[in-house]
Amino acid sequence: MRYKLLLKFVLLLSVIFIFSTPSFAEHHEDSHHSEEEHSTEPAENKNTSELYNPVPDIMHHIADAHEWHFWGEGEDAVSIPLPVILYADGNLDIFMSSAFHHGHSSVLKGSREYTIDHHGHIHEKNGAQIIDLSITKNTASMMLAFILLIALFSVSGRKAKQNNGAPKGILGFLEPLILFVRDDIVKPNITHGHQKFLPYLLTLFFFILMNNLLGLLPGSANVTGNIAVTLVLSVITLIVTNLFGNKSYWSHIFNPPGVPLALMPIMIPIEIVGIFTKPFALMIRLFANITAGHIIILSLISLIFMAQSGLGDVFAWSISPVAVAFVLFMDLIEVLVAFLQAYIFTLLTALFIGLATEEAH
Amino acid sequence: MGTITGIAAIGAGLAAVGAGIGIGRIGGSALESMARQPEMMGDIRTNMIIAAALVEGVALFGVVVALLQG
Repeated sequence: MRYKLLLKFVLLLSVIFIFSTPSFAEHHEDSHHSEEEHSTEPAENKNTSELYNPVPDIMHHIADAHEWHFWGEGEDAVSIPLPVILYADGNLDIFMSSAFHHGHSSVLKGSREYTIDHHGHIHEKNGAQIIDLSITKNTASMMLAFILLIALFSVSGRKAKQNNGAPKGILGFLEPLILFVRDDIVKPNITHGHQKFLPYLLTLFFFILMNNLLGLLPGSANVTGNIAVTLVLSVITLIVTNLFGNKSYWSHIFNPPGVPLALMPIMIPIEIVGIFTKPFALMIRLFANITAGHIIILSLISLIFMAQSGLGDVFAWSISPVAVAFVLFMDLIEVLVAFLQAYIFTLLTALFIGLATEEAH
Repeated sequence: MGTITGIAAIGAGLAAVGAGIGIGRIGGSALESMARQPEMMGDIRTNMIIAAALVEGVALFGVVVALLQG
C-alpha cells in the first residue's frame, strides 16, 4: 500500500516533467532567437557567436532572483513580481520588483535611485551601502514549503489524535516517514535522550525533503541548492551539537585520551578544526548534490539547442527524444536523491549529536 | 583562462574517478557482507549509505571547484 502511494507520487511527478519540457524548451529557443536578433557582432565573429552557449542560461536557472520567472524573455516574460526590501542609510525602502521593468528602469525612493543589473544585484546610483532583505524567489519558495508543511502536518496531526484504526490518506503517507526518521535515524544514533532532539531532526528532514521535491518541479526555485540555505542548516547543526556536547565530548577535543603529550599541539588543533569540518561537509554535500542535479538536467535539455545551433534543425529534432528520455531518467534519479539527501543530512546530524551526547565508556 | 578551465575540468574528472572507485568498493563489500549475513542487512545498509555519503562529499568538492572555475 505504501509503495503504491509512492509509485503514484513518482508517476505524477514524471507526468508533470514530460509536460513541462516543451514550455521549458520554448524559453530557450526564444532566448536563442532574441540573442541572434540583438546581435550586433561583426560578420567575422559570426561563427563563434552562432554556437549556443548554455552556461549563462543554466546559471540563471539555478541562481536566486528578485522575481519568480516562468517563461518568456524580456517584455513577454511571464513572472510573479516579488517584494524588494532594502535597507540603505537608515531608510527602509519597500517596492515590487516589477518596478524595475526587467532592468530597463530605475526606482526612485526619496533621494535614493536603485538599479538592477543582469545578475539580479541591486545597486544604488550614489554608491550607498545596501542591505538587501528582499523576499527573493528562494525565500518565497521556502515560505511555500513552510505553508505546505504546516498544512500537511496540522491535518495529519489532527487525524492522528482521533486515533481511529489504521492511518489513511495523507497521514498514511506521513506516518511511515516519521516512524522511519524516529526508528531508523534518531534512535540508533542518539542513545541518550533522543526525545529531546526528535522535533529538530524531524523538522530538518521534512524541511529538506519538501524543498528538494519542490525544487524538482518545473519553474520552481533552487532552495536547497543555494549555499546560504545549507549554510544556515549546518550552522544550526553546529550549534545544537556543541550546545548539548557533554563532558566526555569536550575532553575528547581538549584532552584526547591515550595521546602522548608531544602530539597534543597537533591533535588539539585538528580536533578543533574537526568541530567545523563536519557541518562544513554537510553544507557542501547538500548544496553540491542538488545544484549538480539541476545542472545535469539543464545541460541535457541544452544539448538540443547546442545541436540546433551547431548542426541544424534536423539533427536537433532527432536528438531531442534522446535528450528528453535522459532528462526523464535524471528527474527520477533526482527524486531518489531528494529523499537520500534529506536522509543523509538528518542521519549525519543525528550521528554528530549522538557522538556529542553519548556517555563516556 | 582556457588552460585553467581545462585543468579544472580534468581535476573534477579525477575527483569523479576517485569517488567512483570508492563508492564501488563500498557497494561491493556491502553486497558481499549482506550475502554472508542477510540478518544484518539493515545495519549494513545504513553504514554503507553513511560511508558512501562521506566519499561523495569529498568528490563534491571537485564539483564545487568546477563550478567556481566555470
